[in-house]
Parts: sequence; structure tokens; C-alpha cells
Amino acid sequence: MIRTLFASVAAIGLAAAPALAETIVLRGETVWTGTAQGTIPNGVVVIEDDRIVTVGGENTEVPDGATEISAAWVTPGLIAAFSRTGLVEVSAEDSTNDTMAANSKFSTSLNAADGFNPDATAVDITRIEGFTRLVVAPNTGNTIFAGQGFVADTSGDLDADIDAQAFSFIKLGESGAGLAGGSRQSAMAMLRAALDDARTYPARYLTHNEGAALNRLDALSFSTAARGQQLMVIQASRASDLNAVMDLAEEYPNLDIIIVGADEAWRVADRLAIMDIPVIINAFSNLPSSFEQLAATSENAARLADAGVTFAIANIGDESHQARLAPQLAGNAVANGLSSDDALAALTTAPADIFGLTGFGRLAPGAHADVVAWDGDPLEVVSSPTAVIIAGEAQSLESRQTRLRDRYLSLDESERPRAYSRP
Amino acid sequence: MRRFHGLAAACTAALLLAACGGDDSKKADSSAKEGFDRNPYPSTYQPYPNDPVLITNATILDGEGNLIEDGSLLLKDGKISAIGSDIKAPDGVETIDASGRWVTPGIIDNHSHLGVYPSPGVSAHGDGNEISAPVTAEVWSEHGVWPQDPGFTRAIAGGITSMQVLPGSANLFGGRGVILKNVPSRTVQGMKFPDAPYTLKMACGENPKRVYGYGAGRFPGGAPYSRMGNVAGYRQAWIKAAEYKRKWDKFADEGGEPPARDLELDTLAGVLNGDILVHMHCYRADEMAQIMDMSKEFGYKVASFHHAVESYKIADKLADYGACSSMWADWWGFKMEAYDGVRENIPLVHKAGACAIVHSDSDVGIQRLNQEAAKAWSDGQKAGIDIPKEVAWTWLSLNPAKSLGIEDRTGSLKPGKMADVVIWSGDPFSVYTKADQVFIDGALMFDRDHPETNPVMDFELGQPGEGDRK
Repeated sequence: MIRTLFASVAAIGLAAAPALAETIVLRGETVWTGTAQGTIPNGVVVIEDDRIVTVGGENTEVPDGATEISAAWVTPGLIAAFSRTGLVEVSAEDSTNDTMAANSKFSTSLNAADGFNPDATAVDITRIEGFTRLVVAPNTGNTIFAGQGFVADTSGDLDADIDAQAFSFIKLGESGAGLAGGSRQSAMAMLRAALDDARTYPARYLTHNEGAALNRLDALSFSTAARGQQLMVIQASRASDLNAVMDLAEEYPNLDIIIVGADEAWRVADRLAIMDIPVIINAFSNLPSSFEQLAATSENAARLADAGVTFAIANIGDESHQARLAPQLAGNAVANGLSSDDALAALTTAPADIFGLTGFGRLAPGAHADVVAWDGDPLEVVSSPTAVIIAGEAQSLESRQTRLRDRYLSLDESERPRAYSRP
Repeated sequence: MRRFHGLAAACTAALLLAACGGDDSKKADSSAKEGFDRNPYPSTYQPYPNDPVLITNATILDGEGNLIEDGSLLLKDGKISAIGSDIKAPDGVETIDASGRWVTPGIIDNHSHLGVYPSPGVSAHGDGNEISAPVTAEVWSEHGVWPQDPGFTRAIAGGITSMQVLPGSANLFGGRGVILKNVPSRTVQGMKFPDAPYTLKMACGENPKRVYGYGAGRFPGGAPYSRMGNVAGYRQAWIKAAEYKRKWDKFADEGGEPPARDLELDTLAGVLNGDILVHMHCYRADEMAQIMDMSKEFGYKVASFHHAVESYKIADKLADYGACSSMWADWWGFKMEAYDGVRENIPLVHKAGACAIVHSDSDVGIQRLNQEAAKAWSDGQKAGIDIPKEVAWTWLSLNPAKSLGIEDRTGSLKPGKMADVVIWSGDPFSVYTKADQVFIDGALMFDRDHPETNPVMDFELGQPGEGDRK
């Protein structure tokens, strides 16, 4: 599914491009393109400025004077398909945690991009594991409506490329029931009421500030999603809950729905495929952790692929600090029947397509130059990036964690305390 | 049962059987002098029937630091019978050709909450932490273990053959841990590792002061309110325990009226006697250093620090003291004391000569501890810490066995030890590798390709997904 809501990013990306033209040539023993070119042995990727200009075999003509990078593997930059990276520094310290607002009087209008901190240590820590873009969702506080998520690059620059208000995030299922008053039907009633409020905005609010579910600002903010002009990401897991979401999608055919969680999606995979509703899954999920995950299986991804469902893989459960582990999840999905191609797509092309990130998630002429060089198969737990390029710029592979490591590689304090060591 | 006034480490050595349980009949004879039964909920686990098996043509990591190419391993009578490169199958013995596959000792997770925080994680199942007071050394995790936790079946598919189930970490003293064989049973007694020592869970840092000091939002709460209060709380309890121990020692020496029993102090005195091993949740380096001093003050020894996110900062001191560190490969940042996590923690601890362990603390992580070790191994390599895979495997089997006082019986493929063995589909340091077969005491308890050898817990019977590939 290709979405086109992201046209504005191209303009922002160009604006943020480096002032001086730079040309980078990447040579990979394996180049995974995510396009019809497939996997190219001894492939070459040429970057000029912030765009990929050429992708080809070893005899590809390359410009003179380019920076050359050789690696075992070259892939598109990974996209964290469902994260909270950059919204929180230390999860348990509320003062550093902008993922949710349990005491806010607002809901759908909470714009997570307002809380994004490119300096958050998790941004670097995620980037150096091969991620170039983050899809960031707020979490729910006191209603089923978490607010609006965004997409950002992982450069850590204060002028990072951000597409704010890329989607609205809503919880149904067990969580939604708890947030909406105690039952699944109360969550569904809340969602219908909010859709009604938002679709009748502003008429309904001419004489009142409050609608059936949303206040004036929330109704305004939700009106784009309610009218199908913004993606609606809905969390649900149980097969019957997934059917309820699909029933809703049939009732409101203009809604642009993505389902996150979807532990039992394999049981309704054919309908998801027919309705063209993509899902974002945690490929580790194989326990009946709750009564809505009884049929969770590590073969969920493989079965969704067989049914033709579009899906991305994310580390749902520790989205803020460990979004970086998604390749390990995808590798485990391969160990449980998924093809390697589909696993890599679930980290790149699929999230790009699901979120309408045109020109991202693939190595193709004209695509944004988010590219990663690896010392081995990216899905292997022993592999790591040797170069991370965002919009044509090679990024630092340092993080606060690598600095701490380097300080303590030696424990020698015979001359000075470790506090004086800043390797 | 003889008393040990020395360090708990004595319990982990060859004297283990005498010091930590062992022969039940001897125990009965001595219980008069002991005053009470130290083992009132004894293990009823018996190895399941097994025929001898010869595994051939495997890449074997023996768990003690050696790699054998084209190796053979003979399992007989529930024990490792022989290991080497040229072992002939005795007549009529089944042979498994493990060409292209790897064989290791079963993985031992020394930090699990399976059973006490089981799936499904409904409110009725929260049996893992007696949060009612900062000192609850009187509770035993085995009394909260639900043996029907489907998590046990997922863990065996990940090559877990034994584990320690601990109480949670809200309290200064959380209670006793229990060591289990990962064999399904109707009762927890049917899972208990025979004659394993008891353990005691303690916790440093943020959890106790948050749970009690802040009183779950009620201000002011009780003690401890600060890290100062944490240490004062431990010390006060140890002082009481020392006094209690003196009374019981006197009774053992002189007889007379037995002192009044106190369940909490039974456990703490058991630590001071060297019978019970301390497993201490502790993230920060400076706190671990204080705990090591405190243990010397009261005459016991910490077997392992758990989570130990900052062990890399004091790996030299941990090596000198002789405590293990039970660590994740890469968890960090969820609270302040986990902020300084680095991906090289495990190899850095190993490099300093300290005992490194990969633990899970998770029903997800326990399913692939081999991958967690692989990540740490690889990150170490890239930081210039060159540890062979066969040595790194000690993080998964032998070192956790040492921390639990069971290393004389399991944790490596040494002849005479329990035949707790995993046949992997390939190199277990690869994400694509899975446990094909898992033997516990020589019995094939999991065989990936044979559904009849995949346990299904009661909870999953008759539910969507019953018996599915998990």
C-alpha cells in the first residue's frame, strides 16, 4: 500500500541538505535494494547530495572524487515502525518522560512532535544500530486517544527532519476497554462518538465547547483522521478485536487504518489482505500474556506474508529505548518461516509504504539517501552498521553508551581517576 | 546437616551435598538437633525414563571452555557418560547424527519469574512479590509458582533446562528463590532441582525506596525512603539475624529448650550459616561496592549481583571479591539506575576475570538467551575483547550453575553430570538457530519437529492456538 501524504517531506529534506554537494559510493558484497532490482551481489550505490542517483552491479560507473565505503552488506536505512524514541530520556523519571499525559484535559490534539528531543540519548543509540527514521507514537494517558505521532530522522540534529501529525494513535482491545470505562464496547462507543464529533466539526461546536467525546480543540485535531486525511493507527490484538476494527473500516470506508499489535492477525489474515489494512507486529510475541493474545505465535509474520498482508516489524513493548532491536525480531521471524526478503522489507519498504514515506525504505535512483553499510547480514545478532547515512550525510557512530564503554575499557586509576578519561 | 560458619561460597564447592541438603535420611536424623525441618517442601522430581543416546558429528561446546569439532557425546542413565571425538556407540544405542549442528549444555537462567508472574498476566496471577513490607525474607517463591505457566514451555524451546525463580525486587529482602528443572509437573515440588541450595533475593537502589518511601504516592511513606535507608534496613535485619543464629547455635551445642522460630530470621540466619545463597538485584557500581563491604561486615557472601548494569565500572573489584554478575546484553534507560547500560557490559566483566552470567528476568528473553550471549560476545569482539565462543558459553550454563550452587551436577558436559543437553540446528550464536532437541537428565523433553514432544500446559488446552508452533 503506497500512501502519498508525505509529499511535504521531500521539500523539507531538500531544505536540510548539506550546502556542499557530496558524492558517496557504497560498495556492498550484498546490496539489498527493496526494489525490483532485488539483492545485488557486489552492488554499488551512488549518492549525490541527499539523493541516491545510481544502484547497480559492480561495473556501475562511479563519479570521480567520491567518498568510497565498502561493506559486507548495504541496505536502505531502517525505519522504526512503531517507537517512542526521542520522547523520553529515563522512562521511570516523569520529568524526562513525554510519552503520555495522564492528567491532560486534551487527547487527540496532543501533538507528540512538540515533545520530540533530537538530543535524547536514545536517538543516537538507535541510529548507530542502523535506523535512519523513527515513527514515533505518543502513549495513552486517560483516554483511548493518545494524540498524534510523527516521523523523524535519527540525525540527532536540532533541525532534524520531522513530519509532524503523521497519524493519530488510538487503543482498542483490553487497554482501550480499561481507558474507556471498562469494556470493549465502551471503547468502541467512545471512538464512534469521537468520529462523529470530528466529522461534524465545526458545526457541532458553534454553540458548545464540548462534543459527545471530544472538546473543541480535540475535535479539530481529530477531524483530519476522521475524514480519512490522516492515518489512524489503532492498537488491537485479539482476532475478534481485529474483526471489530475491520467492521469499523467497512462502516467508515474513508478511514485510513493501520493496526498495531495484531498478535492474532494470522487468524484473520485473508480479510486484512482483502481490505488492504496493514499491521505492525512484535515478532517475538508467542505467549498468552493476556487473554487477547492466546493465539500469539512466532509464525505470525510468516503467515501474514503468505496471506499477502502488508506488515512491519517493531519492538513493541520497549519502543523508546530498544526500538533498535527490531532486526533481531525480524531475524527470529525468519527462523520461524519468514523469508529474508520479507523480513528486511518489514524494517524498510513496508514501514515506508505503510506511513506513506515516499522515496524512503529502498535503494533506488531518486530515493532519499538514507543508507546503511553493515559488517554482515543485518538480521544477524552479531552484525552491526559500519556507516549510517541520512539524507546523504554520513553520521556519527558514537553514542553516550560508546563513550561510557571507551572510558571503562581500562580500569586503571594509577595516575588519575576514570573521570579524567574521555577517549 | 552440618553448619557452615564460613562464606556461602563454601556451599558451592564439593561439600555442597553436606552443606546444602543432600541425603534426606541424614537430615531426618539430625533434625532433632536442628530443632526443625529445613526442607519441608522437598523435591519430588525424578528424571523421566531415558535410553542411552549417542550424539555424533556435532560441534560441541562442552561448557567448560572447550570446542570439539566432529564431536560425540554419549548420554547414559541420565548422565553425561562420555564426550570426545571418537566414541563408539555401545550395542543397540540410538545414534543421532548431528552433522552441521551444535551441542551445548542446557542453558540455566538464574533470574526468572516464570510461574510467579505467569502468562496470562492477569491480576490474579501477580504472585511474584510480597510487597507488604520492606523485609519479607519469610516468603518463598516456590509458594507462588504456578506450574501451569505456559512460559515454561516456551523456555524449553529456547534450550532452558534449569532456572532460578526469584521473588520480585520491591523489597530489601524479597524472600527465597527456588531452583527448578524445566520439566512440566503438576506441582512445583515436581520441578524442584533435587538438593539444590535455597537462595535469598535482595534488592538495592530505586525499587525499595520507591515502593516504601514514596508509599505508592502517599507522602510521606514508610522506610526506606533513601539509599541510606536501604542500607540501614539491611543492616538492622542482619543484626537481628546474627542474634537469632547465636541462639540456635547455642541450642545446637547445648540443647535445652529450642528458641522461638521466626520465619524471616530462619532465612537470614541460613545465609549467615552459609546454607542460603544471596542473589542481589543491584544496578549501580557504587552500590555494589557498598553491598560487598556490608556482606563482609556480617560474614556472608553475595553469590551474584543481578542486572548489574554498571558492573563494567567495577569489574576488577567484583573479580577480587568473587561475585558473579547476572546481566542483560543490552537493556538500559528504563530507570535512572539503568541509565549507564552499555552493550559491552558482559564481555568487560569477563575480561576483568569476574564471573559473567547472561540472565533474562523476562518470559521473552528466556526464550533466546543464546542470542543475548551472541550479542554481548559480538559487541565484545568489536571492542577488542576477544573471547572464543566456547568460553563465552560459560555465561549461559556453568557460571549460572556456580551462582546457584549446582555446578557439580549440571552446567557443563563433564562425564558424571546430569545429561542436560541441547542440540541446536546450527551455531547458537546465530539468530537463525533454534533448539532442535532438549534433553533433561537424559530424557528427551523437547523435540521441535515432533509435536508429541512439545508440552502444552493446561491453560492452553482448548484455547485458540493450542499446540500451534510457538
